[in-house]
Amino acid sequence: MTEKERLQEQILRTSGVNPRKCMKCGKCSGTCPSYDEMEYHPHQFVSMVESGNIAPLMESESLYRCLSCFACIDRCPRNVQPAKLVEAVRLMVIRQKGKNHLKPDQIPALLDDEMPQQLLMSVLRKHSK
Amino acid sequence: MQRIGVFVCWCGTNIAGTVDVHAVAEALKLEPGVVFSTDYQYMCSQAGQQIISDAITEHKLTGIVVCSCSPRMHEATFRKTAEKAGLNPYMVEIANIREQCSWVHKEMPIGTEKAIMLAKAAVAKVSLNAPLIPGESPVTKRALVIGGGIAGIQTALDIADAGFPVDLVETKPTIGGKMAQLDKTFPTLDCAACILTPKMVDVAQHENIRIFSYSEVVEVGGFVGNFNVKIKKKARYVREELCTGCGLCTEKCPQKKVANEFNLGMDNRRAIYIPFAQAVPKVATIDAAHCTMLKSGKCGVCSKVCTAGAIDYKQQDEYIEETYGAIVAATGFNPIDMGAFDEYAYSKSPDVITSLEFERLTNAAGPTGGKLLRPSDGKHPQKIVFVQCVGSRCSEAGKGKEYCSKICCMYTAKHAMLTRDKYPDTDVYVFYIDVRTPGKNFDEFYRRAVEEYGVHYIKGMVGKIEPVGDKLKVQASDLLDNRQLKIDADLVVLAAAIEPDKSARSLATMLTASMDTNDFFTEAHPKLRPVESPTAGVFLSGTCQGPKDIPETVSQAGAAAAKVIGLLAKDRLTCNPCIAESDEMMCNGCSSCERVCPYGAIGYIDKEFRMPDRTVKIRRVAKVNAAVCQGCGCCTVTCPSGAMDLKGFANKQIMAEVDALCL
Repeated sequence: MTEKERLQEQILRTSGVNPRKCMKCGKCSGTCPSYDEMEYHPHQFVSMVESGNIAPLMESESLYRCLSCFACIDRCPRNVQPAKLVEAVRLMVIRQKGKNHLKPDQIPALLDDEMPQQLLMSVLRKHSK
Repeated sequence: MQRIGVFVCWCGTNIAGTVDVHAVAEALKLEPGVVFSTDYQYMCSQAGQQIISDAITEHKLTGIVVCSCSPRMHEATFRKTAEKAGLNPYMVEIANIREQCSWVHKEMPIGTEKAIMLAKAAVAKVSLNAPLIPGESPVTKRALVIGGGIAGIQTALDIADAGFPVDLVETKPTIGGKMAQLDKTFPTLDCAACILTPKMVDVAQHENIRIFSYSEVVEVGGFVGNFNVKIKKKARYVREELCTGCGLCTEKCPQKKVANEFNLGMDNRRAIYIPFAQAVPKVATIDAAHCTMLKSGKCGVCSKVCTAGAIDYKQQDEYIEETYGAIVAATGFNPIDMGAFDEYAYSKSPDVITSLEFERLTNAAGPTGGKLLRPSDGKHPQKIVFVQCVGSRCSEAGKGKEYCSKICCMYTAKHAMLTRDKYPDTDVYVFYIDVRTPGKNFDEFYRRAVEEYGVHYIKGMVGKIEPVGDKLKVQASDLLDNRQLKIDADLVVLAAAIEPDKSARSLATMLTASMDTNDFFTEAHPKLRPVESPTAGVFLSGTCQGPKDIPETVSQAGAAAAKVIGLLAKDRLTCNPCIAESDEMMCNGCSSCERVCPYGAIGYIDKEFRMPDRTVKIRRVAKVNAAVCQGCGCCTVTCPSGAMDLKGFANKQIMAEVDALCL
């Protein structure tokens, strides 16, 4: 299995989405409220995952423009669920090895009375692999 | 002693690819009773049939087993071969080693083993077969057509022209169906009324056609050649034979606020009404739900103004019973309800309409007299958005339909083109997923809408529509330009998916005709018998069988008529001899079989029996009406004493098959 196939397989498994059901009508992108702020639009997430072209999606800011409003899921006539693919790619980015956004020795500097310690712990867990 | 012949067919490589046909033929030679066994490339061919025929004569065969395709395919062929060679046709058994064996297996050893088992079972059965002689039943030379749209009209006309009487039953007050509501028809753009209404008049004037309008079929009994049908003629409170259709009552009726269903509720009609000017029969009907006289006994205006004295407030539903040789279902379609599509604001704005409503808005006889005006404020719309596939090709159950409705691409191109032709100042957008326009002169028609009329075809789908002020904010994707469009439209037209009429399901139950998961009637064979239902004597015409446009409907209607004519032209039909038979010595008269028989074929007689002690006793025993029994076998499995048996499929034959498979 190539790296490309591995990424694709993981996205499909995490999301539970079958992009082959897509009939390329574009209703997801027609309904998306964040469309203009996205580099890759909901229907592109579906077709790029289907063709295994995942790397550009992982690099794209589009991941964080999706509001997870689920309008695309609600209105898709083929029940494809594009927002679940966006979420799966997001998780994949977060779970990458060695791409730690927070290191334990940074934590003391962040401590203050207002910040719940639980939050820091969960951020640490989420962002260090 | 039986002398059985076994004939194993290769069916080219269809069977021989997965089944070792020589091995099957060799294995069967060892079965008791088998005196001859062979294999051949195509048993159904002339040469193959000759092999069977020669073997029957040469080896004096008393029964044969053909290992080939499904009996639905070639049982009749091989029965004829046997008959010609002097063998009773019911001494033929088919072992289905194609559909149920070679097609479902991939490995030769498994396929071969199973084929041998199936062939052995057939040999066990044929050893117990008895020669059967089919009876005959007469054919009532009259046809019933259910549904008075263009499909039913065309079928009725074609059957009637061939000289057979036809009854046409329509649930609405007039025949004409959906086509009567249309404005123009693609791809030639001739006016629907101009080509339909002469046909409606032909129906009315045809000496062989009786129209039962405002009527429904409520009961169907009998079988092919002899259906007994009960038709309910709903009370219209107007005597059809007296009403002249002058329409005075419909002008004077004080109840003016009844939504006009012919114009899809976009204007109002009176409580007494004639759906449209060219209605057939042109007779008024009182809508009992809205008539003040019928509700409270106060009014009677229509009765006072009617010079023909046709109004009859005391009229009752009437029931008519008639016998028919053949029945044609032509129950048609309806657009689906748009209520589930919140995102398209159909229930929020009157300016979001369906395509059928658009037809009425552009029809000269419609609520606006043919002027394209917005339902909300009566203004001329400048920007019109058409949305295709609303509810079609939709896998969400409860919202839309999985299938393509087939007609929408063409009528949307027609609407867009006609709008641009009549109002060149309008901007017309069509949002499509795919444009599907196969058909004679169809794609040329669509291209004309784009190239000559400048309709903006956009590949993409509308995501949402929001009424803001007097505009409809349409948000859609343009996939080819990779952008999201926001259009302030004045009118939005939704190409709603179509579904079979709701009456089809109960009718199918009455006819014992099968339906698919979408409630379309199933055809006997999707390619080779497309206008016949699997139920003998029941035929299919128009959209009740699947989505289709007018040209296709008319051709199918004619095809259904041809099949009906072929049936009615016969004086007698050969009955299936594989029917139930009761052993009176074992029957205890419990009535179980009578209760389960779907055809009403079982009755009871009182019969004298001589008892062992030399007394005579009268006992009640079941008797099967051979003309009505269809050989379904329900009674044989219900009978607690084992008195009921099915000829050709006797209990001991079935058990012999099971034994051959299991022992």
